[in-house]
Amino acid sequence: MKLTLALAQINTRLGDMATNLDKHLALIQEAQAAGADLLVFPELSLTGYVLQDLASTVAIRPTSDNPIFRRLFQASQSIDLVVGFVDEDRRHRFFIAAAYLSGGELVHVHHKVYLPTYGLFDEGRFFAWGDSIQAFDTRFGRVGMLICEDFWHASPPYLLWLDGADMFLLTSASPGRGLNDGAQLESARWVEHINQAYASLFTTFVAHANRVGYEDGLHFWGGSTVFDPNGELLVKGAYNQEGLTLAEIDLNQLHRTRARLPLLRDERTALVMREMNRIHSNERLTNR
Amino acid sequence: MIDLNINTDLARTILTGFLHNEITRAGFSHAVVGLSGGIDSALSCYLAAEALGPQNVLAVRMPYRSSSQESLEHAQLVIDALGIQSLTVPITEMAEPLFAQFPAASSMRRGNVMARLRMIILYDQSEEFRGLVVGTGNKTEILLGYTTLFGDSACALNPLGDLYKTQVRQLSRALGVPETILAKPPSADLWLGQTDEGELGFTYAEVDRLLYLLVDQRYSPEECVAAGFAEKFVRAVVERVRRNHFKRVLPPVAKLSNRTIGYDFLYLRDWGT
Repeated sequence: MKLTLALAQINTRLGDMATNLDKHLALIQEAQAAGADLLVFPELSLTGYVLQDLASTVAIRPTSDNPIFRRLFQASQSIDLVVGFVDEDRRHRFFIAAAYLSGGELVHVHHKVYLPTYGLFDEGRFFAWGDSIQAFDTRFGRVGMLICEDFWHASPPYLLWLDGADMFLLTSASPGRGLNDGAQLESARWVEHINQAYASLFTTFVAHANRVGYEDGLHFWGGSTVFDPNGELLVKGAYNQEGLTLAEIDLNQLHRTRARLPLLRDERTALVMREMNRIHSNERLTNR
Repeated sequence: MIDLNINTDLARTILTGFLHNEITRAGFSHAVVGLSGGIDSALSCYLAAEALGPQNVLAVRMPYRSSSQESLEHAQLVIDALGIQSLTVPITEMAEPLFAQFPAASSMRRGNVMARLRMIILYDQSEEFRGLVVGTGNKTEILLGYTTLFGDSACALNPLGDLYKTQVRQLSRALGVPETILAKPPSADLWLGQTDEGELGFTYAEVDRLLYLLVDQRYSPEECVAAGFAEKFVRAVVERVRRNHFKRVLPPVAKLSNRTIGYDFLYLRDWGT
């Protein structure tokens, strides 16, 4: 089975969801015209990234009652979508979220689990921490979504892998940092390294949609990528420029790669569990 | 390892993109730069001209009577090389009446007055030219506080503030800033023979390496000494950075209410754009 995956590397207007929605709808049309089956938007694609006190005012619910999601549900009749937004739960907690929409329905919502609150980041001040990492079924097989800092940690991709995801859909609003005399910013190099590493270690497809543009002095670098289960780069978006990046994904590659390299078959989850339990129970002692 | 070298192509892309984005999203298309004839303001002009088009950049030369002729000429080299718009507004006639009231004013006071008069002219031109004032302060001088608050530090946005002086030199060379400007010793040009390095008591090359360890690499002062820097030098720089922090933050508002500007009323400047 083949599918055409599209990554929407966009700039956003900070806190202006109507304008950002228009851009989503325009790119959805463009992606459809190009034959895409699935279109992935970056982290917080409907709102912009450094929301601070805007977080609560742009928070919505991913239901057809919501005028923004109603338009996206309509659009998802003909193309599957991943969009980034602020989710307000019933108890009025605000989460950085990614929603997977297909056939006019909400398929899955992921709440960002790891909120970077150090250095230039202050997410934990404004958002609630997600508490679940789950793969889910789509018409292209089982996939998983993670948002930015989620995949700077090794365990969320590992959990998605064990939970059956053969395609990781990763989204970011990654501020560029670490200029040295290398060809790339340190932040870009790091993200590309780990995306390639996850594809290789988990023999899975790894797609990453990163945004571009500026918010005050922060610069988002783009460079969206898709790696295949061999860890080979399939496509890469330009740095610093808006655009749609398309990748043809041959899901049969999973069969060929895993016939050669049965890392998933040989993964010893019971051993991992046993050792995790031991380590967890000793943690207070060993970390002292 | 101390390596201040940067990828100048990448810096150029990010900084011109920054200027273009941040100026246009605020509803402007022009930039105003105070052009002294030195390397920092030359680099800001080169970046602004590339970001916005040379016809959309106004370089303002603001000599005082003691400013060197060479500074004016070096500024002219930049204006001619880039084809940007320019204006010369001498500040002598603005400054003299104030200096006459305080004839004993120190050179520090006089220098600060000159820097603030230039700020007034730039912001006045900002309104007339419908452009934002692009800053020229680099990371070294911001950290050391070698700047006049509400004077040369005043700007709407600053493309150079995360580049050490050493890196400003590297990027300037890559962008084609004239060699005569690159080669001369940095100076505030407030009096004859004044140089930054003479006044500071150390060279930029030296202090940039130390600041890189202290700030970027998070070395403790003790670790900097162990890395080979003289203890007295390290102590002096650390203290200077601390003492000048007030120049890097907005004036604190005394908190009374539940929601106070600066503490819990938090939005980016780019809010809504």
